[in-house]
Amino acid sequence: MTTGAPAISVRGLRKVYGGLEAVAGIDLEVQPGEVFALLGPNGAGKTTTVEILEGHRKRTGGDVSVLGHDPEKNEAQFKQRIGIVLQETGVEPYLTVAETIELFRGYYPRPLAVGQVLAVVGLTDQRHSRVRKLSGGQKRRLDVAIGLAGNPDLLFLDEPTTGFDPAARRNAWNMIRSLKELGKTILLTTHYLDEAEQLADRVAIIAKGKIVAEGTPSELTSRETASTIRFRVAGGIELPPEIAPGSRVVAGVTTVAATRPTQTLYEILHWANEGGHELEELTLTRPSLEDVYLKLVGADTAIAAEVDRE
Amino acid sequence: MRTLAMIVRQVHYENRAFWRNPAAAFFTFVFPLMFLVIFNVFFGNEDIEVRGGTAKASTFFVPAITALSVITACYTNVAMTVTYSRDQGVLKRIRGTPLPAPVFLAGRIVHSVLIGTLLVLIVVAFGAVFYGVEVPTNTLPAFLVTLAIGSACFSALGLAITGFISNAEAAPAVVNATVLPLMFISDIFIRSENAPVWISTLADVFPIKHFSKALQVSFNPFETGAGFELDRLAAMAAWGIAGVLIAIRKFEWEPRR
Repeated sequence: MTTGAPAISVRGLRKVYGGLEAVAGIDLEVQPGEVFALLGPNGAGKTTTVEILEGHRKRTGGDVSVLGHDPEKNEAQFKQRIGIVLQETGVEPYLTVAETIELFRGYYPRPLAVGQVLAVVGLTDQRHSRVRKLSGGQKRRLDVAIGLAGNPDLLFLDEPTTGFDPAARRNAWNMIRSLKELGKTILLTTHYLDEAEQLADRVAIIAKGKIVAEGTPSELTSRETASTIRFRVAGGIELPPEIAPGSRVVAGVTTVAATRPTQTLYEILHWANEGGHELEELTLTRPSLEDVYLKLVGADTAIAAEVDRE
Repeated sequence: MRTLAMIVRQVHYENRAFWRNPAAAFFTFVFPLMFLVIFNVFFGNEDIEVRGGTAKASTFFVPAITALSVITACYTNVAMTVTYSRDQGVLKRIRGTPLPAPVFLAGRIVHSVLIGTLLVLIVVAFGAVFYGVEVPTNTLPAFLVTLAIGSACFSALGLAITGFISNAEAAPAVVNATVLPLMFISDIFIRSENAPVWISTLADVFPIKHFSKALQVSFNPFETGAGFELDRLAAMAAWGIAGVLIAIRKFEWEPRR
């Protein structure tokens, strides 16, 4: 890959579907070797954006360059360098896992070895299984395997763990980390905050067709300044309001939003120590990406997205 | 040349997957033979008088069932499997790879044509062995050319119809509705000599009757000429070209939602 030039460069991207602006002016830059996450609720424009970058959809406006190509031109040289893992796709059910990977790697000039692909996605034991016999999680791994078979420089992963149980998600995350170690640039879309936080070098939060925040997960979380202190005072005693203004007590648990957590915590501990109060279940939490996310996309949208998914 | 190699590779994988579903493969091959047996049971395999001599009735059943076989393998099968692949996102996935999408479709069609060819061979051999059917020699080239044009025509129409099928569940209904009634008025299941004129005029518009009639002529042991029904072949070719043009305009690669 050429050094210096971004793997993906997007300026003013717009996509209008029948008068509805699904993507309303997006700028993006993804560097080679980076794992970049597009995070947002359903209907925010994530998939539309990614499908334009993959060449599946034509844009209404804006400039797009992916690996130096305009994806809209549908060039074979472009397709040879990308791998696409779509949200829902089928494969021939009667071929085996190894045959399917073999079939797809044959489409590329410099593919990975079947054994290597199987090892990365963790399907070595299923290599001789028919595709139709695979579990849901294994099918998703096969999707990734197919995207990887051509040894792409850039891999698109559209919601790779949606519908996974927690253990399967952990496995998938490890798999994606090992893809990063192979030096792949990865554009990931997800509506799971922890997934973006765990995997991505940089995150763009997208809502209503626009990018509302962008940066490393720690940059994004540092925008939210208040940490949270939570505890329960034994014996039902309440924290005097002058020690921590704005504290709330819900079901016996006191919650304090602290912009200077060290000082606030000191004050609370001092009070507890002086009065001989025991603080049970005491925790101090840094602001999470979730707090930032909920503020940016609006809690209502995020909750709607959660419900939608169930 | 490279395109050809890619198509051959696709056909190879299509074929491997096809035989892995034994129930589907079995009934694909048994289906036309069932008709041959049923025709013989119902109509009898009598010696019948035709211009030039007498022949077993099966000699006329075989080309009809040959037409049925080719239409099933090409039109019905292509339309249904391509719609299914579209709905399952297989076509969309292929479009994301460097494989030219037409190569994928060509692989599917060539495989269907090969299956159709195998069906025809089986039907003809079955007829010859069990029902004393005479396989013509002087009109054999015409028979083969008719089969080739018919395969191409019905494959193209199979692709074209997918543009009018909203989803895989609707595919059997749409496909059967477009083909079964025409088969009944096109000399495949029943002879149309006694049919009202408007029925036979209607059947003449569509390619199925031309196909079955052209096969009848080129399979007739008493045919004195080469057996080429040029006007019928031209009508089929025209339908095939129309099918290609419609497919180019209406074909979709992504699941419809």
